Order: sequence, then structure tokens, then C-alpha cells
Amino acid sequence: MKNLIALASGLLFGLGLAVSEMINPAKVLGFMDIAGNWDPSLIFVMGGGLAVTVLTFRPILKMSHPILDGDFRVPTRTDIDQRLVTGAAIFGVGWGLVGLCPGPAIASLAYGRTESFVFLVALMAGLYVDRLFRKSATVS
Amino acid sequence: MENFTPVTALIGGVLIGISSTLFLWLNGRIAGISGIAGGLETLEKSELTWRILFLAGLVGGVAIYRGAGGSLQDIDIVTSHPVLIGAGFLTGVGTRMGGGCTSGHGICGLARLSPRSLVAVAAFMIVAVATFFFTRHIVGG
Repeated sequence: MKNLIALASGLLFGLGLAVSEMINPAKVLGFMDIAGNWDPSLIFVMGGGLAVTVLTFRPILKMSHPILDGDFRVPTRTDIDQRLVTGAAIFGVGWGLVGLCPGPAIASLAYGRTESFVFLVALMAGLYVDRLFRKSATVS
Repeated sequence: MENFTPVTALIGGVLIGISSTLFLWLNGRIAGISGIAGGLETLEKSELTWRILFLAGLVGGVAIYRGAGGSLQDIDIVTSHPVLIGAGFLTGVGTRMGGGCTSGHGICGLARLSPRSLVAVAAFMIVAVATFFFTRHIVGG
């Protein structure tokens, strides 16, 4: 059942990215073009998403456990460290260059473009390279 | 601002919000894509299956939209492979280090009023806008 919910949530998420056109990098870059032909659509996508989650997350997280699982797996850290800020900034450079963040990068595979695939292979390499370093650090 | 599409942007955003809500309410998980994709190396079948299904759903949702005749039938993307590889790699490293991306920090973290997410979203938005400005209006000028 949890697997079915994961699939359904993914479908709904992908549909949302498509309807809002956030899977189109040119659309996302339009948001970043503040000095040119600015397209504020991305703010409305985040606003629409947040309008829902701001209302629903608080009562949900007050439950003793989610409906289908024993525990919530939600980040608990509240400290602002250098790793957080540096990481977000590095992501920002990648995002500003091409206009793809991880969700749309994966979802855009539905368009069968080589560019999505190339971006995604590099993204996965980036996601795991940090882990390799950490593993080798603990081994040595 | 002739490309501005507030209505479809809001509808799409609400769909993403509903997806994130269902996932937290039923499965107790944050619908953060970099986190879901970043946990794929697990060898535990129970941890791996739902991740693959969620990501397959992402692609499937777009495929359904396309198949149903959605207005966006192709995407407009940078074609330079070096730029794609560089940006993809930075996105992977950055979202791993920063503990999330637009979905996890943006839609889910901000809803929890997480100070870490607020800082992360501000940082990646400002840097993305600056990067775009630098590459298009100064270098690409």
C-alpha cells in the first residue's frame, strides 16, 4: 500500500510540474530573468504548493504517526551551518545555468530528450560523489 | 511579462502541494526529490521500492499530461553538453550538501517553518538569479 501511495504521489507531483510548466527549463529561467523579460510564474507555483502544505502539515505532524507507517521521517535539525548555505549556493549556480532542479530533471525524461538524460547522469554523480568522499574518510 | 501564466502555475502548485500532503499524511515522508533520489543506493528492498516508484510516478505524471494533449508538448533546454554536465553535477553536489532542493526545502520545509529551509531557499534563489544575470546579461551580453 505504501508503495502504491508513493507511485500516486509521484504521479500527482509530475502532473503538477507539467501543468505549471516547471518541467520546461526556459520557463524557469524566465523567472530568473529579473533584469529582462521576467516571468513570475514560479512564485505562483511555490505559492500554490505552500498554500496547501502550510494548512495541512501542522495538523498532520501533530498525529502520533502517519496512517501507513509507525513514524514520521522528517528533518529535525534547526541549526544553520556553513554546509547548508554553501550547498544551497552551489545548487543555485546549477539551477541558474540550465533551469532544471532535481524534480523537473527527472520528470522531463518523459520528453525523451538527450539533454535531460545527460543532466540527470551528472546530477546523480554529484549526489553520490559527496557520499563516496565521506565513506572513504571514515574508512581511513 | 507576456510569458506569465498565473492560473496554470497556481493549479500546478496546488497539485504539488496535495502530493506532498498525501505523502506525509499516509507514508510519513517528505516529498523532497533530491532526498528521494539521493537514497537510491540502499540495498534494503523496502527502502528502495518506494523511491523508484515515486520517481517513476514523476515521469509518468508528465507522460499522462503529454498523452492527454497538454499544451507543453516539448521542452526548451540548453543543448550544450558541457553546460548540462556542469550544472547537473553542481545540482547534485549542492542539494546533497544543502540537504534538499526546491521541493524538500521549498514546498515542504517552508511549510514546517524550518529556519534551515528558509535560509536554503533564499540562498539558492539569490544565487540562481545572480548566475542567470551573469551568464546572460554580462558574459552572454
